[in-house]
Amino acid sequence: MHLVVLWTDLLVYILVISIIGFMFWSSRHEHWRAPWRRLARSKLGMVSLMILLVYVAIGLLDSVHLQSNGRIRSAFDLLVSPLGVHHEQTYSAPFAKRLYNKKTVFLTDGQQQRIYPQLKHVNTVNIGLQVGIAAIESIAIWAIILALAMLIVARINKQTYVHTLNRVIRGQAQVPWRLLSIELFIIVFLIMLAVNLASHYHIFGTDKVGQDVFYETLKSIRTGLLIGTLATLVMLPFAIGFGITAGYFGGIIDDIVQYIYTTLSSIPAVLLIAAAVLSLQIYIANHPQVFPTVTERADIRLLALCVILGVTSWTILCRLLRGETFKLREMDYIQAAQALGTSRIKILFKHVLPNVMHIILISVVLDFSGLVLAEAVLSYVGVGVDPVTMSWGNMINAARLELAREPVVWWPLLAAFIFMFIFVLAANLLADAVRDALDPRIR
Amino acid sequence: MFNYIIRRVLYAIPILIGVNVLTFALFFMVNSPDDMARAHLGTKHITPQAVAQWKTQHGYDKPLFLNPDNTGINMFTDTLFYTKSLSLFLFDFGVSDAGRDIGHDIKQRMWPSLAIALPVLFIGLLVNITFAMLMAFFRASYIDVSGVILCVVLMSISSLFYIISGQFLIGKILRLVPISGYDTGWHAFKFVLLPVVIGIVGGIGAGSRWYRTIFLEEMGKDYVRTARAKGLAEVKVLFKHVLKNALIPILTGIVAVIPLLFLGSLILESFFGIPGLGSYTIDAIQQQDFAIVRAMVFLGTILYIMGLIMTDISYTVVDPRIRIS
Repeated sequence: MHLVVLWTDLLVYILVISIIGFMFWSSRHEHWRAPWRRLARSKLGMVSLMILLVYVAIGLLDSVHLQSNGRIRSAFDLLVSPLGVHHEQTYSAPFAKRLYNKKTVFLTDGQQQRIYPQLKHVNTVNIGLQVGIAAIESIAIWAIILALAMLIVARINKQTYVHTLNRVIRGQAQVPWRLLSIELFIIVFLIMLAVNLASHYHIFGTDKVGQDVFYETLKSIRTGLLIGTLATLVMLPFAIGFGITAGYFGGIIDDIVQYIYTTLSSIPAVLLIAAAVLSLQIYIANHPQVFPTVTERADIRLLALCVILGVTSWTILCRLLRGETFKLREMDYIQAAQALGTSRIKILFKHVLPNVMHIILISVVLDFSGLVLAEAVLSYVGVGVDPVTMSWGNMINAARLELAREPVVWWPLLAAFIFMFIFVLAANLLADAVRDALDPRIR
Repeated sequence: MFNYIIRRVLYAIPILIGVNVLTFALFFMVNSPDDMARAHLGTKHITPQAVAQWKTQHGYDKPLFLNPDNTGINMFTDTLFYTKSLSLFLFDFGVSDAGRDIGHDIKQRMWPSLAIALPVLFIGLLVNITFAMLMAFFRASYIDVSGVILCVVLMSISSLFYIISGQFLIGKILRLVPISGYDTGWHAFKFVLLPVVIGIVGGIGAGSRWYRTIFLEEMGKDYVRTARAKGLAEVKVLFKHVLKNALIPILTGIVAVIPLLFLGSLILESFFGIPGLGSYTIDAIQQQDFAIVRAMVFLGTILYIMGLIMTDISYTVVDPRIRIS
């Protein structure tokens, strides 16, 4: 068993390192600590941040890939180990004990019978008992996490432990700790419930090929996260580079940059994405030797989709940055830097870039949810991620025709929509909180 | 004014050339026509003859930019770039890879697209403005706060969910309207009703929240304070002064998207089986019909640029303070 680093994994690692780096850097600058403190006091913002962190944790676990016996599996697959390989024959409803379809089976005496076959990987257990066990376990885990968290908070605030706990319980702390601890309990309880029940049942049922829908839904988190973050990561260098140089230097550079982004933004985004993905599909189909395994091919397609989404979406941020730099250029402190003979590169990086950083950050968090939603639509159109990649879009696309069946197969759709909805809602609420904390005009 | 319009139209030409070259590069240089032929013929029965025949049949058997076999002007005109790409400027969309006249298809399919897109835009605008006015009128109260949260919730729901659940609930369970299909003339009404309603509902979240911001921004201005100081009733301030001024950014924003309505909505049309340009594009994408995708990209760009020019003109019409120099 050894580690395999896919292209998207590599970018995820880079992203994580740069986010940690940025957090470290901004924690040492007072003008950045102030907006973060404002964010920490926002109830909606912190609650949604916690939900997003759960999603991110699953996505990160799913981004560590290990290869053994020629199969590539992620750390997340190993963690939920039997879930991914417990296949049934076809559809089965959530918590069902039998298959959705009738099958012909041969009895021992040679006779045939049409029955609903038993599911292979379901053991009947007392669900009430399991819920009880989950509740007890989650209380224990919750108490331990909470005690540790409070210890850290007390250390940071340089207060005694009892004092901190007292303030939190009374809801007097500036960070909404009390609300967060209630939310933490709900999350821990849901996770323990899933852990206890998923080993006995298919809690969200199974899909057409008998894959566990719960597993599929969780695996889709990585795809959603990647689309939302990597597209932005790809976009940033273009937007920042072109935006601030055009705004600062003006003249011919400005004209060229303006021409490029007007041209790109003139093409309706869906059509440009479709055109690019179609070309890529043909390229992959005609060069199979470049991508030896299915996983690698799917990975390259995911990466390419992120790149294409990035290329089509950088124009808006670029325009914003150009305008803002245009204003900054006339500011006294930039003029002073110029008068002191500071080099242009240094002015751009030390004086302009830090002062447009809030615009970049706001636009990054605002774009995120839109990108996650766009993935589902693009998969429906046929220019989304590879069909073998598990994603909410692919799940919806595969299951949407099954609503016409009798009885209705509703569970894959509902599972995908609910997980996507919670994810996007949390992202939207956090984005609003970040914007309120960072935008100097709102204060 | 006239000079200004001419200048804007001329400015659009280099952009269109850029788009033209870009799509040409995407479709012909990343993948050669040979690759396209192979993709269309399938992987099994590929012989060099079959590839050559497919290329001749669809007119892809010419060199990219320069034809050395010809002389004079024909060196440039008898190439793929000229016949497949530059001809788009004359609105000559050519023939699709399946052998249909694209220009004719577009003319026919434009109308069903408009039958969906126009009501979605205008009724939606009315609904969104109403909700936004309501929130702005009760600003900073519980109605406003819960309204904004509702908007964020509505925004977070995938458009696919609105469509699928709407079709399932109203089309399948309640059987109020047919699930999908289309008819000509007034019979189209029952087919158009559900997609229009879903299109409007899907847009409420983002739309009303955006308009609310515009209204609130307008309400912070000096003339509103003056109007209140005069003792004008809040309702009158809102409807007589704020609404009129806030409509300027809203309406000019609408003008920008009007030309794009011709393209229709990709997913609404394909879910409801409406033979518009949106479903045309989706079908083309799924059948990998590059001729149609290329034509739609170019058409979309022209419509977008038309929207931009119309926006600039409408600014000067509705707001006398703006002068064109």
